[in-house]
Amino acid sequence: MELRGEGSGGVGRAGKARRGRSREAGGQAARALLGIEREGRARARRRRLTASPQIESSAMNKRKLKESSGTDGECISQVQKMLRERLCHHRAMGKLFGIDQQYKHLLELLKQTTVCGESNSALIIGPRGSGKTALLNRVLKDLREMKQVKENLLEVHLNGLLQTNDKVALKEITRQLHLENVVGDKVFGSFAENLAFLLEALRKGNRTSSCPVLFVLDEFDLFVHHKNQTLLYNLFDISQSAQTPVTVIGLTCRQDILELLEKRVKSRFSHRRIYLMNSFAFKQYIRIFKEQLSLPAEFPDKAFAQKWNSNIQLLTEDKTVQDILQNLFHYSKDLRSLNFLLMLAVSNVTVRHPLITASDLQEASKQYRMDSKANIVHGLSVLEICLIIAMKHLNDVYEGEPFNFQMVYNEFQKFIQRKAHCMYNFEKPVVMKAFEHLLQLELVKPIERPSVRSQREYLLMELLLDNNQIMDALQAYPNCPTDVKQWAASSLSWL
Amino acid sequence: MRRRRPREPAIQQRPGGVGVGAERSERQQLSFPSIFIYGHTSSGKTYVMKTLLNTLQLPHVFVNCVECFTSRLLLEEILIQLQNHSSETRRASPVPCDTFNDFVRLFKQALVSQNLQDQTVYVVLDRAEQLREMEANILPAFLRLQELTDRNVTVILLSEIVWEMFRPNTGCFEPFILYFPDYSIGHLQKILSQNHPPEYSADFYSAYINILLGVFYMVCRDLKELQHLAALNFSKYCEPVVRKEAKERDTRKLWKNIEPHLKKAMQTVYLREISSSQWERLQCEEGELGQIKGLSAHAHVELPYYSKFLLIAAYLASYNPVRTDKRFFLKHHGKIKKTNFMKKHEKTSNHLLGPKPFPLDRLLAILYSIVDNRVAPTANIFSQITSLVTLQLLSVVGNNDQLDGPRYKCTVSLDFIRAIARTVNFDIIKYLYDFL
Repeated sequence: MELRGEGSGGVGRAGKARRGRSREAGGQAARALLGIEREGRARARRRRLTASPQIESSAMNKRKLKESSGTDGECISQVQKMLRERLCHHRAMGKLFGIDQQYKHLLELLKQTTVCGESNSALIIGPRGSGKTALLNRVLKDLREMKQVKENLLEVHLNGLLQTNDKVALKEITRQLHLENVVGDKVFGSFAENLAFLLEALRKGNRTSSCPVLFVLDEFDLFVHHKNQTLLYNLFDISQSAQTPVTVIGLTCRQDILELLEKRVKSRFSHRRIYLMNSFAFKQYIRIFKEQLSLPAEFPDKAFAQKWNSNIQLLTEDKTVQDILQNLFHYSKDLRSLNFLLMLAVSNVTVRHPLITASDLQEASKQYRMDSKANIVHGLSVLEICLIIAMKHLNDVYEGEPFNFQMVYNEFQKFIQRKAHCMYNFEKPVVMKAFEHLLQLELVKPIERPSVRSQREYLLMELLLDNNQIMDALQAYPNCPTDVKQWAASSLSWL
Repeated sequence: MRRRRPREPAIQQRPGGVGVGAERSERQQLSFPSIFIYGHTSSGKTYVMKTLLNTLQLPHVFVNCVECFTSRLLLEEILIQLQNHSSETRRASPVPCDTFNDFVRLFKQALVSQNLQDQTVYVVLDRAEQLREMEANILPAFLRLQELTDRNVTVILLSEIVWEMFRPNTGCFEPFILYFPDYSIGHLQKILSQNHPPEYSADFYSAYINILLGVFYMVCRDLKELQHLAALNFSKYCEPVVRKEAKERDTRKLWKNIEPHLKKAMQTVYLREISSSQWERLQCEEGELGQIKGLSAHAHVELPYYSKFLLIAAYLASYNPVRTDKRFFLKHHGKIKKTNFMKKHEKTSNHLLGPKPFPLDRLLAILYSIVDNRVAPTANIFSQITSLVTLQLLSVVGNNDQLDGPRYKCTVSLDFIRAIARTVNFDIIKYLYDFL
C-alpha cells in the first residue's frame, strides 16, 4: 500500500490544497482520510470562489466528517478518476464525436496497407483540438485488435516538435524500428540510402515481403521547414514505389499545408486529405456535453451513477447551462475547450458537493473567460494607471500613431496642472520608472528595437490595450481617485 | 486559505485562489498537462508554489528560466534535478542533452530509475517569459510534455506576462490559466507590519507603515520595494523617539520629521540613484540632504569653452527646424512672415519628437554665429566634436561611408543644456523655436 506522504502527512497538511488518491490505497481508513482532506479543500475552494480570506479550521472539519464519509468518498474519487481520464488525458479512449466518416476512411486506408500490402499516404487536417491525434489513436487501437493485423504492423511515430532536423529524425526512425545494432557504425552517402537500408533490413528471414510500416508525422507543418524537405521527399518516394508497404500519415493544423510542400514532394504525395472540421451543430454539442459527463453503466455504485446521470440530464435542460454552452460554442467549437470547462466544473465535485450544479458551470465559465490583461491592470499603481490613460488620450487624438515617453509625460503634466488634487507632481525619473514597469509587463511595446544611439525617452511605442479594456479595468480598479476616472472618461475637453 | 509564516511575511493571506493549482492535481490521478500561472511580481507565485510542493512532498523539479537561459542549460538542469530527487548527494553527473528529442528519452529513463512512474511529477518553470527567446519548439513542446513522454507529468509555467503574449503563431496546446491576484492596500499593510523590530510596539510600526504607504503607494505597489524602503527609513523615523524629543504617540511630530525624508528617498533610493549604504550613511550624519551625489550627477562633465558652445549649437541644430535658422542667427533677416511661424501644432513640437539629425556644416554655421569672437575652423574644433561624440553627448547618424559628410544628433536633455548655457551666460531659450 503506497501512502507515501499522504496519510502519513497527517491532518494539518491535508488542509492545503491536494486531491490525492493512490491506486493502491486499500484501507477504508485511508479513503476516509482522503475524503476528509477533500472536504477541507472544497471548503477552501468555495472560499476562493467568494473571494474572502478566512481562517481554515480544517482540523475541526475533519473530525466532524470522519463519520460521514464512508463509501461516498471512494465513489467520488472513482468518479473523479474516470472523468479526469476522459477529459484530461491525451489518449482519451472515449467516444469520438461527429467524425464517423473520417474514422471509416482512415480505417479502410490502414487496413489496405496492413492486410493487402498497399502503400499509401494521407494528411489529416483540422484546427487545434479537433481530435486528429485522438482519431488516429483510436483507429490504430482498433486496427491492432483485428486478427489479420496483430503483430504485423510496425509503427514509427515522429513529431515535428521533437525531431527538428532530418538527421535527428533518421536516428529516431532507426531507434523506433529497433535497428540500431543493424546499422551500427555504417556511414551512408545520403538520406535515401540510409532509409532504403533500414527498410531492407526489415525483411526478415524467410519472409518474401517485409512488414508494413506506418509512419505517423505529428505537427507535419514543422517538417516542411527542414532543409530541402528531405525526409518528406524520401518518405513519400518510398510510399510510391512498390518495394515495402509503407503508409505515411501526417497530422497538421494548417489548412494551407499543400502550398508549403515543394513541387517534387507534392507530386509524390497522394493528395488524400481527411478533414476534421468540428462540424457539429449546437444540438449535437449539447449531446456531446451530456455524454462526456455521464457515467457509464459499468460504474460500481449503481445508485450513485443513476443520481449523477439524472442530474446531468437536468443540467442539459437548464437554460443557464445552455446559455453558457452557447457562449462557449460561439467562441470555439472544438472539444478541447469544452473539456477544459468540464474539468473546471468537475474539480468542484467532492463528498459534500457530489453533484455538479449550474453555478459550478457558471463559475467555470467565468474563470475560463477572464480577461487577463484586465487582471494585470488591476494590480498597477495609480501613477501607472495615469500613464495608461495619457496614452489612451494620445491614441484618441492622433488616431493610433505611435508615441514616445516624452509625449506621454507631456500629457500627464497637462493633467496635473489642470486639475489633479490627488496626484502629486512626480519628478520625471519617477514617472520614467513607472513607464518602464509598464514596458516590463509588456502592456506597452516599442515599435523598433532600442539601440544605444537613441535616447530612451524618444523611443516610439504603442499601447497594447484598447479603449474598452482600459475603461472596463478602471471600473474594477480599487480606490480609483475620481479625478483620474473623470480624466479617463473625458477625451478632448482638456485641450 | 491563510498561511502564517512569521519570518516570511511576504505571504500572509491569499484569498484561497492560490492553492487551486496544486489542488487540481492529485498524486496519482491525471491533471492538466500544463498550467500557466500569471500575476504581478511579488504576488507570491514562486513562494507559494515552492512551499506547496515542498510541504506536500510532491515530486517536482524547479527551474528558473533566467538562470538557465539556453535550452541546453534548461533541459540539463531538469534532468539533474530529477536524478537528485531521491538521493541526498548533490550533483549526479550531468547528462548531456542537446535537443528536446534526447530530453524526452532521458526524462522517461529518469522517471523509471527514480520509481516515479505512478505519481504526477511537476516541472515548474519560473520566469517562463524567457522560453520565448529560446528555440521555437521549446515552449510548445513543454506544453505537450505529458503527451510527448506519455507519462504522468504536469508542467507549470510562472510568469508576470499574460498568456496572449506567449501563444505561438500556429497555436499550441492551451494550458490551464490561473491568476494570482495582487495584494490590496490592506493586505500590504498587514504584511509590512509583520516586520516590526521587537523594541517597538506593533502600533508604532503600523503607524510608520501607514505613512510610508501614504507616500509610496501611489507610485509603486511592489512588495519587495516597499519592504526595502520600510527597512531603510525606519531608523530615521525612530530618531525623535530615541532622542527623547517625542513620544511614540506623537504622530504629528514624527510625521513632520519623516516626511521630507521620504520624499527625498523617492528621488534617490527608489530610483537607485544612490545605494542603500550611501543612504544609510546619509541618515547618520546630521547635515542637510543636499549633498547627495546620485548616479545622474556623474553624467555632468566639465567641458572646455568651445565644447560648450559646440554642444549648444548642436542642440539648437537638432531642435530647430532648418527654415528658422535664418531668423535666429542672421543679424538682418529682413521681413519674415509671421503667420508661418506662429502656426505650430503641439504635436510637431520638436521637444516631443526628439532630436533631428543635422550635417556638420550647419553645426559650424550656427557655432560661428553664436560665439562672439572669431572662431577658426581648426583641427582643435573638429577634435572637440569627436570627443563630444565619445562622451555620447552627440551621436553620429548614418553610416561611416557617407561621402556627403557626417551627420550628428544631439542627445542631451533640456535641463542639461540650460545648465551649460548658464555657465557661459547664453540664453538658449531665446534661440529655441519651440519657446517662441
